[in-house]
Amino acid sequence: MKARAFSYFRAATIDQALDAHARAGDDARFIAGGQSLVPALSLRLQAPRLLIDITHIEELRGVRREGGYLRIGALTRHCEMLSEPLIAEFAPLLHAAAPFVAHPAIRNRGTFGGSVALADPASEFPAMTLALDAEIEIAGPSGSRRVKADDFFVELFETALQPGELITAIYVPLFKADQRFAFDELARRRGDYALVGCGMLATCTGERIDDIRISFFSVGNTPTRVKGAEATLIGSRLDAERIAAAQAALEGDLAPPDSDDVPPAMRLHLARVLLGRLLGRLGEGA
Amino acid sequence: MSGFDETLLDDADETVRVRFVVNGRKVACEVAPRETLVDCLRNALELTGTHAGCEMGACGACLVQLDGRAVHSCLMFAVQADGAKINTIEGLTESGVIADLQAEFHHRNALQCGFCTPGMLVNAHELLSQIARPSRDEIRDALSGNYCRCTGYEAIVDAIDAVAKARKESGGGT
Repeated sequence: MKARAFSYFRAATIDQALDAHARAGDDARFIAGGQSLVPALSLRLQAPRLLIDITHIEELRGVRREGGYLRIGALTRHCEMLSEPLIAEFAPLLHAAAPFVAHPAIRNRGTFGGSVALADPASEFPAMTLALDAEIEIAGPSGSRRVKADDFFVELFETALQPGELITAIYVPLFKADQRFAFDELARRRGDYALVGCGMLATCTGERIDDIRISFFSVGNTPTRVKGAEATLIGSRLDAERIAAAQAALEGDLAPPDSDDVPPAMRLHLARVLLGRLLGRLGEGA
Repeated sequence: MSGFDETLLDDADETVRVRFVVNGRKVACEVAPRETLVDCLRNALELTGTHAGCEMGACGACLVQLDGRAVHSCLMFAVQADGAKINTIEGLTESGVIADLQAEFHHRNALQCGFCTPGMLVNAHELLSQIARPSRDEIRDALSGNYCRCTGYEAIVDAIDAVAKARKESGGGT
């Protein structure tokens, strides 16, 4: 199918983009990589009057250190997650997740900010912002604000973003020497949406886990932190007993939806399997 | 401050002029904003080597090089590509950079109907420019977004593998 007719505006600055959105009566969409938006337009799931191209806005580009954070510009492409040395060094969880995001040609166009803004519950990056305790910087008609990832994902494809607002950057706390991470997903074929996926970031003193954040995707309406499982691990050493306790806790943390091809019990089982594998890897990373 | 002109909102059906460099030649065409790049290439520029398959980024038949990177031409509108450098399968063929890949695809029957082949070649070209000697697993992973309904992929992987090896042996690997 073909998209319904729309007008196109290429914004040069954030202010221009916000202004255009407001003047279109909010019947507008921002487009960056467009790897999810273009199919949505082609299928006429969305039909705005105006498409505002933000890919030429310089302020949305670039990766740099800022205080204790890595500031990743919203327009950073998925392929740059693999090639950018600052990301490999200071946000290695994103670097590890990137090869699992769709296919190479999609990664050449898709953007980090776009992925987080869409908040697809089956996507890797939104869930990783939760594991990383990242902050999302948002520009809107009433100014700029920063929202913690924990407060950003609200419901299915629903986020803290208000109409006319735009993600400008994502702030990720710098990876530290006493931290460990792990990522993996289970999918029927490489590049497919995961049946279950998970990423985690732990802060350790020797073998003891002082803090851990574990985030799953493809398990419900939003990317999901498993706080019950986290709690069983904090303050403990990673041994078989602790791992089993964390796996058992998933039943309270996750309530996978019913779907035709993957029953909830199967998804929960796969989540337990994946959690066990990743915690095992985390332990080996000592 | 604002470069936005509200009269634009009433012009959704009006065509706009876009310019890009396609296969080394500067071209300009009039497109409606909703026209995808693949439609523009095929209809306005008559470069029909780029194939429109699923038109939602799943099959990979429409891959072209945009500013040096393989992208789905069905997943962007032509207006977004204004100012870009685009190479289609025709341009890559003319320049000879994929001649060995094409010969090997032919030699190994890595195509039957040929619908997927332009996308496969654009993808394989990018893969070999990034990893000189990919493993078979890496080749399969790179091709995971390109559907072929005829060959079962084995011959395609063979062909790319053979070219990578040959380029390496001739010292031409990048």
